[in-house]
Amino acid sequence: MTLAEGVQLVAFGILVAMTLGGALGVVLLDNIVYSAFLLGGVFTSMSGLYILLNAGFVAAAQVLVYVGAVSVLILFGIMLVNKEQAFVPMKRAWLGKAATAGVCVGLFALLAASTLNTPWAISGEVPTGDMATVAIGIHFFTDYLLPFELASVLLLIALIGAIVLARREFIPDVAPGDLASEALQLPERPRELVSSVSTPEIES
Amino acid sequence: MNQGIDLQGSFVNALVDLGIPAGAAKALWLPLPMVVILVGATVSIFVTVWLERKISAAAQQRIGPEFAGPLGSLQAAADGIKLIFKEDITPAKADPLLFTLGPAIVVIPVFLSYLIVPFGQNLVITDIGVGIFLWIALSSIAPIGLLMSGYSSNNKYSLLGGLRAAAQSISYEIPMALAVLAVVLMSNSLSTIDIVNQQSGYGILGWNIWRQPAGFLIFWIAALAECERLPFDLPEAEEELVAGYQTEYTGMKFGLFYVGSYVNLVLSALIVSILYLGGWEFPISVSWLAGLLGVSETTPWLQVITASIGIMMTLFKAYALVFIAVLIRWTMPRIRIDQLLDFGWKFLLPVSLVNLLLTAALKLTFPMAFGG
Repeated sequence: MTLAEGVQLVAFGILVAMTLGGALGVVLLDNIVYSAFLLGGVFTSMSGLYILLNAGFVAAAQVLVYVGAVSVLILFGIMLVNKEQAFVPMKRAWLGKAATAGVCVGLFALLAASTLNTPWAISGEVPTGDMATVAIGIHFFTDYLLPFELASVLLLIALIGAIVLARREFIPDVAPGDLASEALQLPERPRELVSSVSTPEIES
Repeated sequence: MNQGIDLQGSFVNALVDLGIPAGAAKALWLPLPMVVILVGATVSIFVTVWLERKISAAAQQRIGPEFAGPLGSLQAAADGIKLIFKEDITPAKADPLLFTLGPAIVVIPVFLSYLIVPFGQNLVITDIGVGIFLWIALSSIAPIGLLMSGYSSNNKYSLLGGLRAAAQSISYEIPMALAVLAVVLMSNSLSTIDIVNQQSGYGILGWNIWRQPAGFLIFWIAALAECERLPFDLPEAEEELVAGYQTEYTGMKFGLFYVGSYVNLVLSALIVSILYLGGWEFPISVSWLAGLLGVSETTPWLQVITASIGIMMTLFKAYALVFIAVLIRWTMPRIRIDQLLDFGWKFLLPVSLVNLLLTAALKLTFPMAFGG
């Protein structure tokens, strides 16, 4: 075994342990913040697996998209939602957990069996490695053009949806009054101007 | 193309001549550049802290540090020793695990990004194909560490600071990535070495700053925002948030944030000098000068001189940018958080998109000048 192969084997073992342990932690831990941080760890170790497969671009994209955007947004969601709610212990809660565990184990067994039984056509070609960016770009603009464009349309829809949701001062049920003057205005509730003159209460 | 000095090849050859197998010689070589870069990055903190203190003193008509070492140059060491000896306090209701992990997650990606900073044709830890994209990806990890330390401190100022830091970091990432994309479009490669090589040959006239002036400004502004430097240091705005996500930190955990911010500043300056200021290129093309003097490019002493000039030029450009950043910090007022986000999303993002489209159009129209 050469040095490179040994390093690869050890790195693979560590990354698999991190991925599986982190994923189990995401599901099993009670603290949702820990789960969210562990999710970031799982994504990072998956990008390590991509590096071992000679797919540097995919690994960097994985870190950028999943760790840098998805995990951060999940954390933002958790930290901005201020929901103080006492946890009520339920009777027979273990029943639901056991059922979930059963379904998950069954799903895992099914996937594992189908993975092991499929005769994969493993390509003997040398991985493109650093030239992968060029190959991916060519695929995007030739045979994968339609999925690529559909994905961008999907993102555009999500973007517009987010903008519509963020404008929560929109009042749809106000009776249409003077249409001519409203046509040039943004559909927002007019804000009261904050007075620049300080009030006596504040001064005292 | 002149390959320049090849330290790895010479080192491995020398060890093989001594009777060590080639594999072992290569394994012995591997840690050397990493250690050199780590030490270099650590030393850069000392230089930058000294610059910051001296320039701020000059801006405020003070003398600044002058007792620790000659001209106060050991002041950063004194600061570091003070931080090491401080008691390491974890607040009573904080989350000790996340509280410890947070600063580490902020610092590690910054040091990891030095992987792709080239100081010469072969003077780089590794020339990976995704190059500059790796730096963008790594710099997107830092917000997780900031959120982690903000959340785990169990302090409202820390949480607000952490959220602000993450919001600022992800909003300025996008214009920065678009500015980088325009440069990548011209050099047809993500590799930092190729980006510098594409600017070489015409001395100072070939640098990207002339072809990407808007991109340069966008990138520099976004880089300052990413480093949380004034005028963008809202996450730790003292008047509003005590010290933001750093409020509860003392000792070496605070020191890690401190180290991370300065190393990140130097790293950003290095990346700007690589992307826009010709990296290791001398303002007058060295190979052209050599041709004028009739010296072959492969002459050993010329290669040594070229390599030294390359390292010096990279550092000189980076520190000139650090100087500008420090000067901006001590002469500009801080902007408000809504102004910051408006500026990022409503000004920088559209401008960088236009810059990208314009670069693509110019590349199609003038393939000679814009790397067709």
